[in-house]
Amino acid sequence: MNFKNFKLNLSNKNKDLIPQVLTVLFLVLIIIYFTINAQNNMGNRGISFGFGFLSQESSFDITFSLIDYDGSHSYAKAFLVGLLNTILVSSIGIFFATLLGVTVGIGRLSQNYLIAKAAEWYVEIFRNIPLILQIFFWYFAALRALPLTVDSINFYDISFLNVKGWYVPRFIWTNFSIFFYSIIIAIISIIFISKYARKQRDEFGKQLPTLYISLGLLIVLPLLTFLIGGVSLSFEIPQLEQLSKTVYVYKGGVSIIPELISLALALSMYTATFIAENVRAGILGVNKGQKEAAASIGLTKGQILKLVVMPQALRIIIPPTTNQYLNLTKNSSLAAAIAYPDIVLVFAGTALMQTGRAIEIISITMLTYLSLSLSISVFMNWYNKKMAIKEK
Amino acid sequence: MKNILIRPTKENLANFVTLGGFLIFISFLDVLINTFFKINFTSFLPSKLSYFAPLIIGTIGLYFIRIEYSGNRLLDKINTNFNSNNLNAILTLLVIFALIKYIPPILNWFFFDANFAGNTKEDCTGSGACWVFVKVWFNRFVYGMYPDAEQWRINSAFIMLFALVAASFFVPAKLKKYFLIFLIFVYPIIGLKLISGGEFGLKYVETGAWGGLSLTFIVSAFALILCFPIGMFLALGRRSNLPAIRFTSIGFIELWRGVPLITVLFMSAVMFPMFLPDGTYVDKLIRVLIAITLFEAAYMAEVIRGGLQALPKGQYEAAKSLGMGYWRMHFLIILPQALKLVIPGIANTFLALVKDTPLIFVVGLLELAGMVNLAKTNPKWLGMAMEGYVFAGLVFWVICYAMSRYSQNLERKLSTER
Repeated sequence: MNFKNFKLNLSNKNKDLIPQVLTVLFLVLIIIYFTINAQNNMGNRGISFGFGFLSQESSFDITFSLIDYDGSHSYAKAFLVGLLNTILVSSIGIFFATLLGVTVGIGRLSQNYLIAKAAEWYVEIFRNIPLILQIFFWYFAALRALPLTVDSINFYDISFLNVKGWYVPRFIWTNFSIFFYSIIIAIISIIFISKYARKQRDEFGKQLPTLYISLGLLIVLPLLTFLIGGVSLSFEIPQLEQLSKTVYVYKGGVSIIPELISLALALSMYTATFIAENVRAGILGVNKGQKEAAASIGLTKGQILKLVVMPQALRIIIPPTTNQYLNLTKNSSLAAAIAYPDIVLVFAGTALMQTGRAIEIISITMLTYLSLSLSISVFMNWYNKKMAIKEK
Repeated sequence: MKNILIRPTKENLANFVTLGGFLIFISFLDVLINTFFKINFTSFLPSKLSYFAPLIIGTIGLYFIRIEYSGNRLLDKINTNFNSNNLNAILTLLVIFALIKYIPPILNWFFFDANFAGNTKEDCTGSGACWVFVKVWFNRFVYGMYPDAEQWRINSAFIMLFALVAASFFVPAKLKKYFLIFLIFVYPIIGLKLISGGEFGLKYVETGAWGGLSLTFIVSAFALILCFPIGMFLALGRRSNLPAIRFTSIGFIELWRGVPLITVLFMSAVMFPMFLPDGTYVDKLIRVLIAITLFEAAYMAEVIRGGLQALPKGQYEAAKSLGMGYWRMHFLIILPQALKLVIPGIANTFLALVKDTPLIFVVGLLELAGMVNLAKTNPKWLGMAMEGYVFAGLVFWVICYAMSRYSQNLERKLSTER
């Protein structure tokens, strides 16, 4: 009997072990096969594997950069420029997609028939057209129809929109660091105050006007730095300059290139449709009885929204919306299609073309996206955990 | 405050409705005349006030007709659906004004001022869209650079597919299984051979010449058929008890899900050839298909995993208690139920796949969007970007909207069954 049992166990163990060993073996063999081939191929082309090329001079220019860059800088710096551009367009996209998505999602639940229908059609139209087509549409069709530099669309003489881009005033700060610190101090004190307010609410049932206090802090502290801290702000307004008989340019200010505008527009309008659906599902997901119960214990409408509905709706909304943020970040790689210098275009495009180091460059690019995705999802998981119901 | 404002009441219903209706009529009239005849009859007012005049007049009018339980069914309906408070009244007016202002120009561009007749750009004289462009390039938009004389092959491949799918609904249930096997395993080879040629006296057409809408369908259909089994095994692998298999699956899934498709396509174009023995050449389209399939398989795996997790534990235990092994349990008991649960999710993945196909332009394959890009840079047809993208957008929209509607219906049908 014992012997039989032992045999059975052994065969079970074998049954578990064999597929695992086979999988690992298969993986190892594939990796070895690929490595040998890659070594042969690179040997034939006279290149060796390594990341030394990152410190070489890149000798290509990038049309749009947040940091100081030109052709004499290294490939590593070109990579950084591309990465920053990706982060820039993703953050702009996430901001506007959230704004638009929440508005449309609430609009879909409006009592007003017209608003509900308009929101529904917005979602149906923009969700079902491929993002790349939307980007092409904004860039090649809509923004190309803007006027030439000479007759730009004028916004109150401080900002100009034309086919070359959108020119906005540049902020010129003196003692910016003091202003920056004051904002950080304001944010830290808001965190402490809201913690204190929550404690007051939980222990003594007192409601502090946290919102007004925080808003006041956020406005008053930076304002004080203007009055006594020596901070000042002036604007550099873009000026139209005539270079030759027919050539006009705007000098000064900040120019937002049309590639960035169309990419941000398409990304936020496309992603907003998905966020709108999440918001709608989240609000619908809160049980009606919850609202009624809250009303019956005498909470005001604002309190019901803030203390009962939103915490529960957010718990439904946040996980799928995180996914949408991730998708938006990944979709920003479509920038390559309209030559917005993001990481794919700069690094996996131009840099790869010049160096021919396919394996290194594609791996770096993919790893960058992987770590961007993973860091967003780690942050959102942390937030999710914080928002989860704490059952007592 | 209450005494100062005139409050519409039920007693003076007729008066208030007449007054309110008149004001609303005036505000609509103002906008209509402004839009169609370019006459502004409130021009005596200051410019800002004149601009907002219809909105203000209309809001006051809607305020006057907002009488609860007036007894008039139509009025009550209007009030609850469009006019429940001041904010809603303003929003209603804004939406209607926007429709009046923007719908006619869009319609004009689309139909009334558009050009349909002719064969060259010079035939487009109207101020609207130049649909001649789409008409002339239509063949290319559908078939890409595929030779004109051979296009019947693509047509017949697709007609065959539709006929097979339609027939599979009518054949007796006993034969259905064989039909599906034929459709999934045999038909793709026949279809591919028919389109690529090279045998049976058919002229060989290289994949570089394939393109347009037909390529969109080919890529999405093949990727769907291929990614489904891979996704299924990955999903099972991720839920496996064997650590080596589980971690391999997790790594594989998360790797593909963490990177954008465009980098995967770049990889298939420039990095993949480096990993193959020197001198082997894999066709561009095949490389793209492998890349898209692996990418979508990771997403498919997550969808199927959702279905596996949603099944009650009792199903596994019941299957095990009958003495079923791992594979028999999954193929006979678990997967049929789990897959039925996630049909909407699978449809959504397929939708995403169709929307992702235009990306294959990065390796130089031109499906519909790519062909539009090519056509609009043709020196004879410059400045036709708007028409091209609107056309491509419409085509994709119709396909995707129909599919999403179908998947929503399916979802509803399945949810009532349970």
